[in-house]
Amino acid sequence: MTSPEPTRITPEAVAKVASLARLTLTDDELHQATDELGAMLDHFADIDALDLDDVEPMMQPTPLANVMRDDVVGVMLDRDEVLAAAPVAEDGRFRVPPIIGLDD
Amino acid sequence: MSEQIQTATQIAWNVRNGVTKATDVVEAHLAQIDAREGEVHAFNLVLADEARARAAEIDDMVTVGRDPGLLAGVPVALKDNMCTRGVPTTCSSKILDGWKPPYDATVVTRLAEAGAVTIGKTNLDEFAMGSSTENSAFGPTYNPRDLSRVPGGSSGGSAAAVAAEFAPVSLGSDTGGSIRQPAALCGVVGVKPTYGSVSRLGLIAFGSSLDQIGPFAHTVADAALTLEAISGHDAGDSTSIQQGPLDLTRQLEFGVAGLRIGRITDLPEGASPDVQERLEVAFDTLRSAGAEIVDVEVPAFGYGLTAYYLIAPAEASSNLARFDGVRFGHRVDAADTNSMYMATRTDGFGAEVKRRIMLGTYALSAGYYDAYYGRAQKVRRLIANDFAAAYAKADVLLTPASPTVAFEVGDKSSDPLAMYLCDTYTIPSNLTGDPGMSVPFGTGEHGLPVGVQILAPALKDPVMFQAAHVLEQHMQHEGGAS
Repeated sequence: MTSPEPTRITPEAVAKVASLARLTLTDDELHQATDELGAMLDHFADIDALDLDDVEPMMQPTPLANVMRDDVVGVMLDRDEVLAAAPVAEDGRFRVPPIIGLDD
Repeated sequence: MSEQIQTATQIAWNVRNGVTKATDVVEAHLAQIDAREGEVHAFNLVLADEARARAAEIDDMVTVGRDPGLLAGVPVALKDNMCTRGVPTTCSSKILDGWKPPYDATVVTRLAEAGAVTIGKTNLDEFAMGSSTENSAFGPTYNPRDLSRVPGGSSGGSAAAVAAEFAPVSLGSDTGGSIRQPAALCGVVGVKPTYGSVSRLGLIAFGSSLDQIGPFAHTVADAALTLEAISGHDAGDSTSIQQGPLDLTRQLEFGVAGLRIGRITDLPEGASPDVQERLEVAFDTLRSAGAEIVDVEVPAFGYGLTAYYLIAPAEASSNLARFDGVRFGHRVDAADTNSMYMATRTDGFGAEVKRRIMLGTYALSAGYYDAYYGRAQKVRRLIANDFAAAYAKADVLLTPASPTVAFEVGDKSSDPLAMYLCDTYTIPSNLTGDPGMSVPFGTGEHGLPVGVQILAPALKDPVMFQAAHVLEQHMQHEGGAS
């Protein structure tokens, strides 16, 4: 799994990806992830040579149409039961730490 | 359970007709769990008291002349990524440890309506990401056929629960082979039905365009019975196919006379000789039963792995964004919300889940989307086109389910790519949405089970079951020896 010079992804790109995914990596984890993702992307290069210009992308297996229904209230989840499963709830709501103070 | 395995079909018939009590059935299976669960670790949670109470209800229904349903009194083990109201559902992840869903998955409701008895929640690779059930926050599951080996994954707990006779049937989910590969490694039947035939409502999402629930069982008939009970349209799942339950049991005995069985001449290499040998016996068996063997080509088959390992992580990175410490399970406190998200996710997810979230985030990120995710979706179309062409010549296709028999615990756990290659033969039918199943077909190296995979076009699940039934009958005549 170790490739000394990962060609397809850099530690900086992995750090950016981790931040976008809301994950924190130690330096060791960052370098291991760079090696692993680099090896995977090298392996995935097998599709690089395919001529795909005229191929329609396939998003999912079944030909789907929008499903419509009457706009009426159906069976709802029990609010207390939902809140009881949350880490912290208060006054009928989810409680979170302050949102102001975001650093990026 | 000592003399002979009782099938779900037998149990349900006996319970419905008052020959056997559901409570006795449950006690027998709980005794088997007591005897072997310590060494197998199939379960995250055994629901002994709940199962006893439910079985008593079933018996009461029979006493007053009501029919409990198709699966009356049948113990069922559920993969622990299916929501059970008020009962912990963890995905074998620390991030959901202790979470109790406020609703039941549709499959859970349907099993209950059919008279089944949930006996426990089974272990899996965290968020169904893995092929060995070693990536669980609660420790690995061991293969009941050989405890030094993995049961496969990600539905390893559900496969092991059936193989160890903890339950006659169980449910798993299959995103890239997570039912069929563990079924092969544990020597049981495992089915991934057509995408959309079983509701995904309440299945905690991994790759939404790939995920499909299906059964494990000892027999093809039991798998058919279970699938009939859980399939059919569900308005709560927008990808659910608008049709009734699959009709399988009645067609099991139709045989394969006149069916065209496809041999993929350009199948990717990698299957070991013992697995290859059993596949040849399977072709011979079906030919002897009246089928015609035809050669087909699926040139893009081998690109499935790449397409899958870009698409599935991309979908997972989006689906797993919801685990942020706000609404469910685990939270690590921090001074502001963003720090709380980061701390919670970093602490709550295991290594493989983080790896796939990062891979998927990268494949979707600005500047790389076209090169990775976009191209993968086009390759997905190529694969679907190739299979459609093959199915113009053949009714079903036969391949190995897993390249090898069960490998040893720890063998591949430090090499993600080697682990991904376990899914080579199962992945394409997730990309296409077509059904596939693994049928135990004798043994290979070290006397370990080998599974033969049967693939069919969308909604042709019954034809797949016909072929499976012929292979199963052949094994019964062989006396289980190969």
